[in-house]
Amino acid sequence: MGSNLNIQAVAYKTIVRKEVLRFSRIWKQTLIPPVITNILYFIIFGNLIGDRIGEIESFSYTDFIFPGLLLMSVITHSYTNTVSSLYISKYHRYIEELLVSPIQNYTILAGFITGGVIRGLSVGVVVILAAQFFVTFTVHNIFLMLVVIFLSSTLFSMCGFLNGLFANDWDDINVIPTFIMTPLTYLGGIFFSISMLPGIWQEIALINPILYLINALRFSMLGITDVSIMIAFSIILLFNIVLASLCLYFLNIGKGLRT
Amino acid sequence: MDSSALVINNLTKTYSNGLKALHGINLEIPHGDFFALLGPNGAGKSTTIGIITSLIKKTSGDIKIYGIDIDKDFVKAKTYIGLVPQEINFNTFEPISEIITNQAGYYGVTREVALPEAEKLLKKLNLWDKRDQYSRNLSGGMQRRLMVARALIHKPKLLILDEPTAGADVEVRRLMWDYLKFLNENGTTIILTTHYLEEAEHLCKNIAIIDDGKILENSSMKNFLSQLKNEKFILYTQEKVSKNLTLESRNLNIIDDHTIEVSISEDSDINSLIQDLSIKGIKVKSLKNKTSRLEELFMRLVDKNGK
Ligand SMILES: Nc1ncnc2c1ncn2[C@@H]1O[C@H](COP(=O)(O)OP(=O)(O)O)[C@@H](O)[C@H]1O
Ligand SMILES: [Mg+2]
Repeated sequence: MGSNLNIQAVAYKTIVRKEVLRFSRIWKQTLIPPVITNILYFIIFGNLIGDRIGEIESFSYTDFIFPGLLLMSVITHSYTNTVSSLYISKYHRYIEELLVSPIQNYTILAGFITGGVIRGLSVGVVVILAAQFFVTFTVHNIFLMLVVIFLSSTLFSMCGFLNGLFANDWDDINVIPTFIMTPLTYLGGIFFSISMLPGIWQEIALINPILYLINALRFSMLGITDVSIMIAFSIILLFNIVLASLCLYFLNIGKGLRT
Repeated sequence: MDSSALVINNLTKTYSNGLKALHGINLEIPHGDFFALLGPNGAGKSTTIGIITSLIKKTSGDIKIYGIDIDKDFVKAKTYIGLVPQEINFNTFEPISEIITNQAGYYGVTREVALPEAEKLLKKLNLWDKRDQYSRNLSGGMQRRLMVARALIHKPKLLILDEPTAGADVEVRRLMWDYLKFLNENGTTIILTTHYLEEAEHLCKNIAIIDDGKILENSSMKNFLSQLKNEKFILYTQEKVSKNLTLESRNLNIIDDHTIEVSISEDSDINSLIQDLSIKGIKVKSLKNKTSRLEELFMRLVDKNGK
């Protein structure tokens, strides 16, 4: 034991190690399903329906939807990892192991977020590998691609964390996916370019934050986007800052953790 | 270094549903003490411990651990404390050795340092054979011991146990008692809560009795016991005793032909009682203490509080 910083560093590593072991121990539940889901998307949308849709901005339909599908896999699994890990530890009360120890709240948050990010990125990697058989994998700007994936992953890990703090039973952990993530992802232009939308709907689609994530990633991979990359990037950053502040605020007041 | 392991000042707690669980508690526990917080269910023992260990938010008051205010430097204060909670709270899908080394990590102890330490602890607590098993496969007594090992991995100066032997059988309880005594003799300050009165009597140097969120009594165990004026004994006699048997200045209660219940006050003794009986031609075959001494006092204290 040493200085506070030392304690926090060791504690952080411990949480991350535990989180990674947790999802890799159950890899059949955590890494295989996204591969299957995405292969189904590639076959159905890419080969069966995509041929009838034709090219979008000179990309085949499968290639066009791939960045959105990749993003959806990454954020869903980042989210799921933190929300289930946090909620289960509350449910079985072993979160108390953390709560009684000298860990500071930012360390707890960083540990859980890192776990979510590693899960999200692992899923991203297996999805990219599976995609090799179906899409022409192109990268326009690798640095931007990595940053967008990383920041989307942190963002949704934090959503999961927040949902986990507020959750009082198993049903509650599906609130954000059901009411926010799934609709916004589907409406966020995974499967279409907003230029395909009629009139006013183009404006309405722009309110959706996930649209910016998908377009930023599509730009980093294909070089095409419906929105300005600067704006997209600012929005991603802003949401990350807001979510981090909310998580820390609720941790500090002990929401859902300390009675 | 402050010589008090724990100082609690005017601690109150009102839960969010409006229930007042603690009404201004004061306690001071010196370093090296073996201290019992004794009280019936719902008295506020777990609430007090929850607040000390930050699982529960206090409403007002302050707490110092070895001179450090938990509100001012909780990182440092918490490194001094090890907690054995009332309820089992493991990750049941984690092997035992991982439970211990993870807990060490949360306290800033690296795996490399924690592994040999965990081996020592698990061996001492008879869990080493089980180190690779999941905690859900352990018996109740083993789970209790695992909680003790987990609480000790970062070498806390103050070990707090919330009803550590609740539900344990006699053998497990004895083992636990011996181990706690060993720890205390080697310099660990121990606080335990219990509603097993004998447990406190057997182990503790100092006690506080808590009921309805108030401390009713706080003294040394010795002092506390000497407040006891009377003790009740049950005597089993060789000879038949008559229903009308009386002894001068003694209050006998003839239970049946061979059983007498009798109170012995502080200024009397068992020897003279047995003599008195043998004068009447009655031999005592055996005798037993009717209630735990502490229990009797305890009941009296709780009664005074209007229960
Ligand atoms: N989370 C809670 N919310 C409301 N009341 C509680 C809560 N936890 C405990 N209590 C109440 O506070 C009182 C003290 O409980 P507790 O400290 O657990 O007692 P003990 O550990 O001495 O048995 C009891 O009346 C109990 O019902
Ligand atoms: Mg209790």
